[in-house]
Amino acid sequence: MNREAAAWGFVAPALIALALFFFLPVIAALILSFTDFDIYAVADLGNLRFVGLDNYLQLLRTPLFWKALGNTAWFVVLGVPLSIAMSLVAALLLDSRLARFKGFLRTAYFAPVVTTLVAVAVIWRYLLHTRYGLVNWLLGGIGIGPIDWLGDPRWSMPAIVLFAVWKNFGYNMIILLAGLQTIPEELHEAARIDGASAWQRLRHVTLPGLAPVLLVVSILTMAGYFQLFAEPYVMTQGGPAESTVSILYFMYEQGFKWWNLGFASAVAFVLFAIMFALTMLQLRVSERWTR
Amino acid sequence: MKRGGVLTNLALWLIALFALAPLAWMVSVSTMVPGEASRFPPPLLPAHPTFANFTALFADTDMARYLANSLVLATLATAISLTFNVTAGYAFAKLRFAGRDRIFRLLLTALVIPAQVAMIPLFLICKMLGVVDSFAGVLIPSIASVFGIFLVRQYALSIPDEMLEAARIDGAGEGRIFRSIVLPTLKPILATLATFSFLGSWSDFLWPLIILNDSGKQTLPVALANLSREHVQDVELMMAGSVVTLLPVLLLFLLLQRYYIAGLMAGSVKG
Repeated sequence: MNREAAAWGFVAPALIALALFFFLPVIAALILSFTDFDIYAVADLGNLRFVGLDNYLQLLRTPLFWKALGNTAWFVVLGVPLSIAMSLVAALLLDSRLARFKGFLRTAYFAPVVTTLVAVAVIWRYLLHTRYGLVNWLLGGIGIGPIDWLGDPRWSMPAIVLFAVWKNFGYNMIILLAGLQTIPEELHEAARIDGASAWQRLRHVTLPGLAPVLLVVSILTMAGYFQLFAEPYVMTQGGPAESTVSILYFMYEQGFKWWNLGFASAVAFVLFAIMFALTMLQLRVSERWTR
Repeated sequence: MKRGGVLTNLALWLIALFALAPLAWMVSVSTMVPGEASRFPPPLLPAHPTFANFTALFADTDMARYLANSLVLATLATAISLTFNVTAGYAFAKLRFAGRDRIFRLLLTALVIPAQVAMIPLFLICKMLGVVDSFAGVLIPSIASVFGIFLVRQYALSIPDEMLEAARIDGAGEGRIFRSIVLPTLKPILATLATFSFLGSWSDFLWPLIILNDSGKQTLPVALANLSREHVQDVELMMAGSVVTLLPVLLLFLLLQRYYIAGLMAGSVKG
């Protein structure tokens, strides 16, 4: 009895904080998304009305929402495979027995991960400058003309993807590196004795052994990339021609620029629903795949 | 074999260059004379290195205050997160109370909900509590985290029950056991959680952006984002601002790398 009370003393503070500042707001967000909570309701709750599914229906009729959805999907479709490919290449190379200075290189690859997003986004804005940026200067070296990375709607999202790959590849690399170390050395040895080439060993030993880790990594990366916000906020302000307005950017502007808090809550829930559905889909597909 | 080794290491150093060049370029440009970086071809090193940008940054903007704000907030966030998450994580691992496992499973399901879903009502709650535009408001979402509790719980599971039982038989109270037996064993995971909390709070952007309006209370990332909109042409000044923002976290990471990576590994198996 006494011990049970002591145990509650240990957990209660954290549980109360989570209940008040996470679970309650999540439920409140769902309720808010069925109301017309706006600047007038912020002033006086008497102005609040329930509007049923109106916010969601209005969302479907808002072109910028569809644009934001498309932009975010484009960022995910382009960014997730590229990021994971880069992480995988780095992990495979670092795991090689031929690699030297592994400790230093691992730290170097990981450095962008711990940096503050806003600060490095500011750096990349200048690196991607059309005239004076290092990126175009390097491309010029191999004969590619200057690209207006952040000013051309066709290139703005690929530019942010390039930045995101740089910022994040070290994170998944660490996880994949740990995954590589769990693949028994005997499997490689056996394949080698059977005369398998390095490429065959990669395809038939390494990648299948890494599949569960790759799944975890792709779910985590996808969930993270759907939450795109600070990159366009700092680098492009959603432009040019709204080509980098993401779902969260749209939510932020609706909620905290125009104070349409009910409408913005509906946006948040749609984002959550999409992320949840895609995570479930990925798990389902991998289940079938491994069976 | 020999050729493979050369190619492997060449590729590794190219990737290292990709990872480090933007940071090295930032440091280099931060010491250039205003206007020097905006030339073609872009200069890689300053002709006459100077600290003038840093002096200008602290003299002409409120950078010193933002730096202090960020340091105070990240330190407080770390202290609060350690207090709440460590006690709870330990209790979920080693103490018995009604509904323990069911509550824990409920907490884990919360990991799939993105934090941004809670932000709009959280802002309204902060408004009701009168903590909008205050440090208290910034700190509220970092009090307790499911990830933090999970991290500590997984580590605390390895504490032998016999050790705790023996202390109880000797008549030690639960608080005493926690302080003199549990905390010392948890030291490595405390370092991990502290590193995560500090870096997370330091780099957080969306929530401080929402909750802070008064420019005097802004954190470094929020201030830097605003400054970079006003000073688009001042590359050298902005790079000095980025150096000030990044230096503390990069140093902290170099010192505590081991603990940070340990937490990352634990986080990736949570799903």
